[in-house]
Amino acid sequence: MKVLLVDDEKELVTTLAERLGLRGIESDWAVTAEQALEKAEKGFDIAVLDVKMPGVGGLELKKKMEGVVADMRFIFMTGHGSQEDFERGSAEGEFYLVKPVSIELLVKKLKEAAASVGK
Amino acid sequence: MVKDGFFSRFRPRFWDYKLGAQPYQPLFNYARIWILSVALLSAVCLVPLSVLFVVDFQLSQQAIESEVTLRTVRLASNTRRTLTYFIDERQAALRFIVEESKFEALVDPVHIKEMLRNLKVGFGGFVDVGVLLPSGQQVAYSGPFDLRGRDYGDKDWFKKTMQNGVYISDVFLGYRNSPHMIIAVKGRRPDNKSFILRGTLDIKRLIDIITGMELSENCDAFVINRQGVLQTPSRFYGDILERIDMPVPEYSEHTRAFETTDSKGNKILVGYAYIADSPYILEIVRMQDEVMNIWDSLRADLIWFFLGSFLVIFLVICGISTYMVNKVFYADQTRLRTLHRMEHTNRLASIGRLAAGVAHEINNPLAVINEKAGLIKDIFLFRHEYKEDSRVMEPIDVIISSVERCGAITKQLLGFARHLEVEVQHVHLGELVKEVLNFLKKESEYRNIEQVVDITEDVPCIYTDRGKLQQVFINLINNAYQAVDREGRIVVRARPDEDPDWVDIRVEDTGCGIAPEDIKKIFEPFFSTKKKSGGTGLGLSITYGLVKKLGGMVYVHSEPGQGTVFNIKLPIDMEGDVNEGSSG
Repeated sequence: MKVLLVDDEKELVTTLAERLGLRGIESDWAVTAEQALEKAEKGFDIAVLDVKMPGVGGLELKKKMEGVVADMRFIFMTGHGSQEDFERGSAEGEFYLVKPVSIELLVKKLKEAAASVGK
Repeated sequence: MVKDGFFSRFRPRFWDYKLGAQPYQPLFNYARIWILSVALLSAVCLVPLSVLFVVDFQLSQQAIESEVTLRTVRLASNTRRTLTYFIDERQAALRFIVEESKFEALVDPVHIKEMLRNLKVGFGGFVDVGVLLPSGQQVAYSGPFDLRGRDYGDKDWFKKTMQNGVYISDVFLGYRNSPHMIIAVKGRRPDNKSFILRGTLDIKRLIDIITGMELSENCDAFVINRQGVLQTPSRFYGDILERIDMPVPEYSEHTRAFETTDSKGNKILVGYAYIADSPYILEIVRMQDEVMNIWDSLRADLIWFFLGSFLVIFLVICGISTYMVNKVFYADQTRLRTLHRMEHTNRLASIGRLAAGVAHEINNPLAVINEKAGLIKDIFLFRHEYKEDSRVMEPIDVIISSVERCGAITKQLLGFARHLEVEVQHVHLGELVKEVLNFLKKESEYRNIEQVVDITEDVPCIYTDRGKLQQVFINLINNAYQAVDREGRIVVRARPDEDPDWVDIRVEDTGCGIAPEDIKKIFEPFFSTKKKSGGTGLGLSITYGLVKKLGGMVYVHSEPGQGTVFNIKLPIDMEGDVNEGSSG
């Protein structure tokens, strides 16, 4: 299971990547949409996207990534909790998580998402 | 407010409405508008009415007075005609005799006796007749006395008859000692010597004419001579031949009337007429009291009618003005309430957006703290370095659990903001109340206020507008917090209502309570007992409006010093579909 973490907060994604690594989950990270699209070509099973990012937001990024890589699962993560975001995020992605997220919850959701892919 | 109890019941609400330091002002000064309206309508309606009344009043008075005067004059005129006719007739009879009979026949005692009899039969009123020579000697006489040969040469009436040819005397007693009058006519014999035929008339016939007038009680009619001596008896002013206590009216050819005051101080109307060719003046006296009686009853009718219609019109004007101004006032109040509610809603929405923004901004750094602390913990755990060292592991666990707590708070804030945008949905009352109480948890701990949620299991979920209901609870619970002191108690209860389609919610506090005189006003916008400490007076009025919008009702019971209970009854389904509502 390969996971791509995308968030404009670099400290967050790097730390998360390291912690996932400690738990045996292979992951990479990106802080902008461009970087994420570049890295996506390497082939990931799941992308964890921040909904609100400067420039291209998570929901838009998801559409672009779908064009690049087929059969990818998405989990949305946000600090914001508007109803509109929640509804769209839940519809577009597998899960919609509100920050701060405990690592146990994230790992659980990643595994559930991965199971739906079939890996 | 309560000082003049009776009038305060009729006093419309706008009357005491004060223009205060409010954010929105009413459009008008209602008391002034009301006064203006009443004044204008009164001026338009009541001034013409009053003018008409005064004019009519005067016209009626004049009409009645002139009618009475006219009647008196007419009566005097008619009576004069009768009197004149009476005298003229007898004078003409004597004149006829003088012209027709020979002097020799006249002085014949048999003939003169026959003549007196004929006069009595033909005309009546004659007592005696006599024939006098120019020397004044009465040469023939017929009557009850023996006056033949008596000399009248020095009498005034004799001289005047000789001079004027005819004479009508005042009433006098004479030898007979009974009131009578004389008519004398001068005749001429064939030898051109003159003689006088004199008749004495009993004035009984004259008095009969006067008394035959059938005058009312306050009327008097009599005849006076030009010296003011009564020639017939008067009802009020003395007996025959007494001097009347009033000036003799000035000469006039026609019948006239004037007003005056008699010696007894009565106001009287006098109609009089000079009887032509005689010393007599006919007077008809009418007491003004009688005139006044007619006028008084009419005047009373007029005044009552005027006062009655004046009062009715004025009351109608007041009523209409009050009604119209009240309508405008309530419309304006509704406008103000809407403005305030809009402002409040806007403010709440801004607070919601602000809270959401803040939560978002805090959540991101929180997530970083969470991950960094988690990483440290992971490293220690996975490398087995400080795994057993509680001095290191404990602070990290505390950091992580604190972040979790912060996360819970921000999520609640986000939830609050989110609910402002949501419409009707199923709401679990217990959860909603706990969520609201959570916001005030710290405050209750600081002030040692006990929060009790007493919602029984059988209270159904209600289908309602969650945002509005939440605001209702926030307002009521906030209100309760402001009312209670340290170590107070706030209880939120909910029970199924007696009606299965409703729930009964109570927010109780052990606070200061509400004074009885304020209880009626607490749901009015801007009514606040906390104005100085920043209360807007909007909370409860908005709460009231919100509960109404949810289809419910609010009641309040309060004991000053004991506490207050706000009782809300809400329908299980605010849109009326109860089956659907109770299932969720």
